[in-house]
Amino acid sequence: MNVVAAAGPALAAATDNPAADFSDTPWWLSLIKALFLFVFLLLNTLIVIWFERRVIGRMQQRPGPNRTGPFGLLQTLADGVKLALKEDLIPRRADRLMFILAPIIAGAMAFVSFAIIPLSGNVWMFGHYTPLQLTDTPVATLLVLAVAGVGVYGIVLAGWASGSTYPLLGGLRSSAQVISYEIAMGLALVAVFLYAGSMSTSQIVLAQKSLWYCIPAFFSFGVYIITMVGETNRLPFDLAEGEGELTGGFHTEYSSLKFAMFFLGEYVNMFTVSALATTLFLGGWQAPPGIAAIGGGMFNGGWWGLLWFVIKLWAFMFFFVWLRGSLPRVRYDQFMRLGWKVLIPSTLLWVVAVAFLRAANNGFLGDTMIFGGRMHRSTLFVIVVIVLLVLAAAWIYDYKAAAKEKIDRSPPTEVDPFAGGHPVPPLPGQTLREPAPALTPAAPHPDATSDKEDSRG
Amino acid sequence: MKLGGAEATLFFFAAPLAVIGALTLLFARKAVHAAMGMALTMVLLGVFYIAEQAEFLGIIQIFVYSGAVMMLFLFVIMLVGVDSSDSLVETIKGQRVAGLLLSLAVMVSLLVSVAKVGFGAAVGLAGPNSNPGNVSGIANLIFGPYVWAFEVTSALLITAALGAMLLAHRERLLPKASQAEWSRSRIREGVNVAGLPAPGVFARHNAVDTPALLPDGSTSELSVSRVLKARGQVEKPTTYAEVAAEIESESGDMSKKEVGDQR
Repeated sequence: MNVVAAAGPALAAATDNPAADFSDTPWWLSLIKALFLFVFLLLNTLIVIWFERRVIGRMQQRPGPNRTGPFGLLQTLADGVKLALKEDLIPRRADRLMFILAPIIAGAMAFVSFAIIPLSGNVWMFGHYTPLQLTDTPVATLLVLAVAGVGVYGIVLAGWASGSTYPLLGGLRSSAQVISYEIAMGLALVAVFLYAGSMSTSQIVLAQKSLWYCIPAFFSFGVYIITMVGETNRLPFDLAEGEGELTGGFHTEYSSLKFAMFFLGEYVNMFTVSALATTLFLGGWQAPPGIAAIGGGMFNGGWWGLLWFVIKLWAFMFFFVWLRGSLPRVRYDQFMRLGWKVLIPSTLLWVVAVAFLRAANNGFLGDTMIFGGRMHRSTLFVIVVIVLLVLAAAWIYDYKAAAKEKIDRSPPTEVDPFAGGHPVPPLPGQTLREPAPALTPAAPHPDATSDKEDSRG
Repeated sequence: MKLGGAEATLFFFAAPLAVIGALTLLFARKAVHAAMGMALTMVLLGVFYIAEQAEFLGIIQIFVYSGAVMMLFLFVIMLVGVDSSDSLVETIKGQRVAGLLLSLAVMVSLLVSVAKVGFGAAVGLAGPNSNPGNVSGIANLIFGPYVWAFEVTSALLITAALGAMLLAHRERLLPKASQAEWSRSRIREGVNVAGLPAPGVFARHNAVDTPALLPDGSTSELSVSRVLKARGQVEKPTTYAEVAAEIESESGDMSKKEVGDQR
C-alpha cells in the first residue's frame, strides 16, 4: 500500500506538456517515421496471424500452418493474396456509398493511434537526434480513445449498409459494446494520469522510471486488460461477429479486399491497445528493472528501447491469443452487465481512492510528516480509511453470502411422485409418499371417482 | 490575421469538407447519410481546434460529439429504422410557412449580431500552452474562476440524465423470469413441455419461415414466429417438397443409388 501511495512522477515536471523534444525533427523525417510505423504494423500483422494460428494449434495439439515457407511463415501472405483475388460482392439491397466507406474507415482509423506511441526514447536518425515517436501532444492518450470512437463508425456503418439482419445486429452490438467499454477504459486510465501528472505518452513513460504503473495502479491495469479485449472485439468478447449466433456479424456480406480491410483493422487495433497498455502500465520502452541498471542504463534507451517495447507488445499479443484459445464467448447480457454494473462503478471508486492518495501525498490535506519525514500523516490516514472501507465491504459481502448459504435448499426427505401431475422419480435418499387413494379399494360410493381425479391432480 | 503554410493548407482542404458535411446533414435523403455528414463536420471541427493549438478541446470535441453523441444518434436511427419515406403531409395547418418564417427570423438575428462582432488582434495560445500547459491551463480555469458555473452545469446535466431515466424507465411488477423458471412453468402447466416446435421441415428445408409438419401432415402454427406471420412471410412447406419431388423424378431417386466414391 505504501508503494501505491508513493508512486508519482519520477522527474518533477513543471507542466503536463510532452517530454519528447521534436525540435530537431525536419518534416521529411516525420514522413519517414510515419512510413516506418505503417510498415512495422503491416509486418507485425502478417506475423501475428501466423503466430496466432500456430499458438492455438499448439494449444489444441495440432501443428498449425507449417507448409508455406519456413515454419509456415508465408502462410498469411498466401492467404492475403488469395483474399485479394476473390470476387468482390456488393449485395443488391446494400447502401453502396456507406458499404464501400465502412471498411475504409475501419482500416484507416486503426493506423492513426500508433502515431503517439513512443517506440523508444531519443535516437540518431540520418544525422538528427529525434524521439522514436511520430508525434506527441498533451492529450495523446485521449487521442487514442477518440480515434477508437471514430473507428467504430466503420463497424456500425458496415452493419447498417449491408442491408440484412445479421450485420445490422452485429453493428448494433458493436456500437453498444464499444461505447460502454470506452467509459470503463477512460476511467481506468484516469488513475495513470493522476500518478503521472500528464496525459502525454512520453511524459508517462518517463514518469515510470522507478516503478511501472502496473503495480501502483494495479486495479486500473486489470480493468484496462478487460476493456481492451472488449474494445477490439476479440474473444471472449467478439459478440459483434459471433459466428454461432450472427454468422459473421457486421462483416457477413463483405468479401475480398473490403473484408481484408476489416481483418487488418482488427489486428492493428490489437497492436494499438497493446502498445497503449505497454506505454501506460509496463514502462513503455524502458528496460526491465534488472537490465535497466546494467552499465549505468546502457541498455535503457536509444535503439535498445525498441527491443524492450516490441517484447512487451508481443507479450500482450500472446495474451490475446491465449484468451482466444481458452475461453468461450460470453453471453451479450452478461457482457453488458459486467461493463455497466461491475467495471464502471468499481473503477469510479478506485479513481476517487487514488485521487485522495495523490492529494495526501502532495500535501494538499495537511503537511505534517511522520516516520522521520518519509510520509505525510494525511497519507497514512487516507490509507487506513481505504483499508477499513475495503474490509467493511468485504465483511458485508461475506455476511450476506453466509446468510444466503444458511437457507436450507436440500430437497425434502419425502416426495409425492404425482404432485405436479407428472410422475417424478425420487432423488437418492428420498422416500416416496404413497398416493393414499390408490391403495384404497374402489368404493361403491358415487364420490369415489372424483376423489381419484383429485389425487392425480 | 495570417495563417502559416501548413495551417493554411489544412484549412483550405478541410473547410470545404466541413461545409459539405453540414450541407449533407440538410439535404441528404437518408437519415444515416445525414448523421454521417454531421459526424464528418464534428470531426473536422475537432481538427480545426487542434490546429489552433487548443488540443484538449479538439480531442474532446471528437471524443464526445463524434464518438459518443453521434454514435447514439446512429444507434437510434438504425434501431428505429428511419427511412426516406418520411411523411410530407402537414399535421398542423400552416406549419411549413410558420417554420420558414421563424427560421428566417433566427437567421436574420444571428447575422445581425454576428456582423456586429469585432475582433482584436489574435493573441494565440502559445503562452498558456507552454507555461501551465494546455490541459492544466483549462483545469485551472474550470476549477478556479469558473468552478461555480461548471458545478451548476454538471448538476443540470445529472438532473437531465436522471429525468431521462425516470421517463424511459418502466417499473417491473414481478422479477424477470429466468430460463430455468420458464422451463419449470412449462413443466407445471404441461403444455409444450419441450418448448415450442422448431420451424422447418427437416431433411427438406429448415428456414425460420417454414412451419413444421405435424405427424398427420398438417402444419404447426406454433413453430413460426408471430412477426413473420403478421408480415405474411410464412412459406408453405409443400413448395419445397414439390421441387424436391420434381428433381427426383428427373434424375431418379438418388438415395438408393450407389455413389462412386462412397466407400
